[in-house]
Amino acid sequence: MPKLKINDQDVEVSPGTSILQAAEQIGVEIPRFCYHDKLSVPANCRMCLVELQGAPKPVASCAMAAGDNMVVYTHSDKVKKARNGVMEMLLINHPLDCPICDQGGECDLQDQAVAYGFDRSRYHEHKRAVPDKNLGPLIKTVMTRCINCTRCVRFGEEIAGVETLGQLNRGEDAEIGTFIETAVNTELSGNMVDVCPVGALTSKPYAFKARPWELKKTETIDIHDGLGCNIRVDSRGSEVMRILPRLNESINEEWIDDRTRYAYDGLKKNRLDRPYVRDAKTKVLRESTWEEALSVTASALTSTPPAQMAAFAGDLVDVESALALKDLMASMGCSNVECRVDGAMFDPSVKAGYVMNSTLEGVERADLIILVGVNPRHEAALLNARIRRNWLDRRVKVVLVGASAELTYPYTHAGTAPKDVVKLAQDYAGKAKYPMMIVGAGVFKRPDAMALHALLKDTAEKIGCLSDDWNGFNVLHMAAGRVGALEIGFYPPQPLAIEQMSCVYLLGTDNPETISRISKQAFVIYQGHHGGAGAARADVILPGSAYTEKNAIYMNTEGRPQMARKAVDAPGQAREDWKIIRALSGYRGAPLRYDDLSQIRARLMREYPQFDLMDEVSIGSWDKFGMSGNVLDQSFHVTVEDFYQTNIITQASDTLRECSRVFTRGETPLAEAAE
Amino acid sequence: MKKSTALNAPFQPASFAFRDVTKVREIIARYPKGRDQSAIMPLLDLAQRQVGEDGLKSAKPYGGWIPRAAMDEVAKLCGVAPMKVYEVATFYSMYNLEPVGKYLLQFCTTTPCWLCNASGVLQAAEKHLGIHVGDTTDDGYFTIMEVECLGACSNAPMVQINDHYYEDLTPEKMVEILKSFRQDVIPPSGPQNGRKGSMSIAGPTSLMDQAKKAGVI
Repeated sequence: MPKLKINDQDVEVSPGTSILQAAEQIGVEIPRFCYHDKLSVPANCRMCLVELQGAPKPVASCAMAAGDNMVVYTHSDKVKKARNGVMEMLLINHPLDCPICDQGGECDLQDQAVAYGFDRSRYHEHKRAVPDKNLGPLIKTVMTRCINCTRCVRFGEEIAGVETLGQLNRGEDAEIGTFIETAVNTELSGNMVDVCPVGALTSKPYAFKARPWELKKTETIDIHDGLGCNIRVDSRGSEVMRILPRLNESINEEWIDDRTRYAYDGLKKNRLDRPYVRDAKTKVLRESTWEEALSVTASALTSTPPAQMAAFAGDLVDVESALALKDLMASMGCSNVECRVDGAMFDPSVKAGYVMNSTLEGVERADLIILVGVNPRHEAALLNARIRRNWLDRRVKVVLVGASAELTYPYTHAGTAPKDVVKLAQDYAGKAKYPMMIVGAGVFKRPDAMALHALLKDTAEKIGCLSDDWNGFNVLHMAAGRVGALEIGFYPPQPLAIEQMSCVYLLGTDNPETISRISKQAFVIYQGHHGGAGAARADVILPGSAYTEKNAIYMNTEGRPQMARKAVDAPGQAREDWKIIRALSGYRGAPLRYDDLSQIRARLMREYPQFDLMDEVSIGSWDKFGMSGNVLDQSFHVTVEDFYQTNIITQASDTLRECSRVFTRGETPLAEAAE
Repeated sequence: MKKSTALNAPFQPASFAFRDVTKVREIIARYPKGRDQSAIMPLLDLAQRQVGEDGLKSAKPYGGWIPRAAMDEVAKLCGVAPMKVYEVATFYSMYNLEPVGKYLLQFCTTTPCWLCNASGVLQAAEKHLGIHVGDTTDDGYFTIMEVECLGACSNAPMVQINDHYYEDLTPEKMVEILKSFRQDVIPPSGPQNGRKGSMSIAGPTSLMDQAKKAGVI
């Protein structure tokens, strides 16, 4: 353990720690541009120079390992002079366009120029200019601002696994580019905007929309996939202006995928902002009042026998709303509730059977990864990034059973059907210490789901996924609301005969697998935030809130409960979902026994204590699940056809529709076509 | 030297294959297993020379350059992303990314050569060929490039023509050399003023014994 002195303060660090990191441990911040915690160290910006006693010249602290008995000064006159020199060099070719630059106000170069910049320029020659690059619909470039730190290049190489960007040419002509004009085709491209320390790469949809100091920042969580990435929602007034990642080492580290980042414009379009009721005569939906909508709904619920009534909780539903709906149905003596609205009828009786038991951090421990019917790149992009890192660090073996996919690491394609999974058990039994099996929840969309579930359990056990300190059986959900709803028992004892229901309550449910089975005569209540398949079929529409508009709990695919916080108000007359259900229970004359959020949460935690441990994964015990039976010889299908169009918010987003056109379907970007 | 950015140019061939497969294998085998990317630079050179050989036979001759397809092929052989090869190829002035003349003239204009009238030599060549730095003559014979120090300072000024150095030049000598190349007669390379190697023009002034032994005096 090297011991060294930084600014006359003793510090002991683990071997291999750089001086920069050692200084950070005692709270001394060293300016930097090219260094990034999560990326490799190129040491090319020279901003982190420090004085090292005995060294003839200042050293780059990001690349110099801390050694025993080193004496380091991070803010001496010599250091200040060196950094001033570096800053002057960087600014020689940097345009003075901060007033029209989107990075202004949150720019590393701007901030550090305040500390180390010279107040005038000694450079009288022409500044160099670099042509802008067209990197697709998400990243806007102003390459003249680039200081060649290569963070974006390293991000592409090391995290995203797409080496489209590179450092081309040399000397004065050095530039970041793609060589051949092409869009940066990765579902993590937005993070390149975040890592860029200057305004060279900025967000195209956010261009010239807002300044960072006028935005309200709300720390919340994301619902576009099952991981529950931690995000920060920046809003102005009632409008979400942008979404940024928030550091959470256990889940998303400091990245988010493009669907999470750019879906926000979908929150402003196609919203259900007032109640609607289908007119008895014209059979057309007409605008209505809350009073009318709720009383129509209440009378429909009251007049239907409990056995012919069913409630569905969709992909984006929070735990409180699902609980309120379950309580409402229970108060009418109805247990026909279902959250597996995508038709993935796995066995929900054992928690370990439907969550990600290894946790996301467990991916780094795994020495064999078996993917079953899942494309992690599309179903959980950051899980994919973790698998890639494991592959980069340790060349972990990855085996895929299911439709072949373009992943960011090499894998063995071992078939497409359940029988190939059985074969895996023979091939890999006992071969690995920490084998990990990741099953996409979508594989259970088949009639033999229960038998398949049991088969996968057997296989996992045979391969050795279960040991004293390791559970390598994982189900990866796409729907953010699924695990939370399952945890509160939002599923029926027997699969529902949806066709025979005469009154159906759809809470944020737009999945065709459910909607198409509803009988033509049934009375349908849709509660949700976007107009889609569910709202189109509905007889009553109760406008609810999207994830940025409510305080709510979601449980991610690991079984980790997390708190989402309200950033903006819901549009128009839309209300928080659990409140709508609570109001409805009042209209029925049997009000649920909670009047505010703290009461419903108290109710939740009393019965389901796993929600009490916020942000913690509670491990479920391993038990028997699934049902033995015949498994059909039928290939696993692709769950996500289009990464950019997976739920009702993304379908309303112009940005993501454009991404879908350009990246998924390979068409010409609109801007170019117009030129 | 300004690098080409016209990489989507129409003259890019659609595909490229190495003719000398044995040589390719030999180059890759030089480096330890798993370090195949070390072969990028020699393979790029091999590709450039192969294209140059074809250029000699062409109706309008051209010199060695590296098409994009060749870079992609090198990337495939070395198991790296094409971008890694583009980065290397654009960095070094030795690799030409667009067609050059049959004879590539690389003039050193760095300080020692410049002090010895490198600009006069360069101007003489420009005037004689009727082109400027960066251009190629219409007959496809000559391309002029300005480069940084080529390490022959003791024999300044100098020019590199394809693989050979022509040193101790004067503007007149330069024109003579170019006339000779135009007839496809390759003049002897090295010092053009009668001096041997890089020793003093009047003969060695030190280490006489060794000079005698080596047979230079």
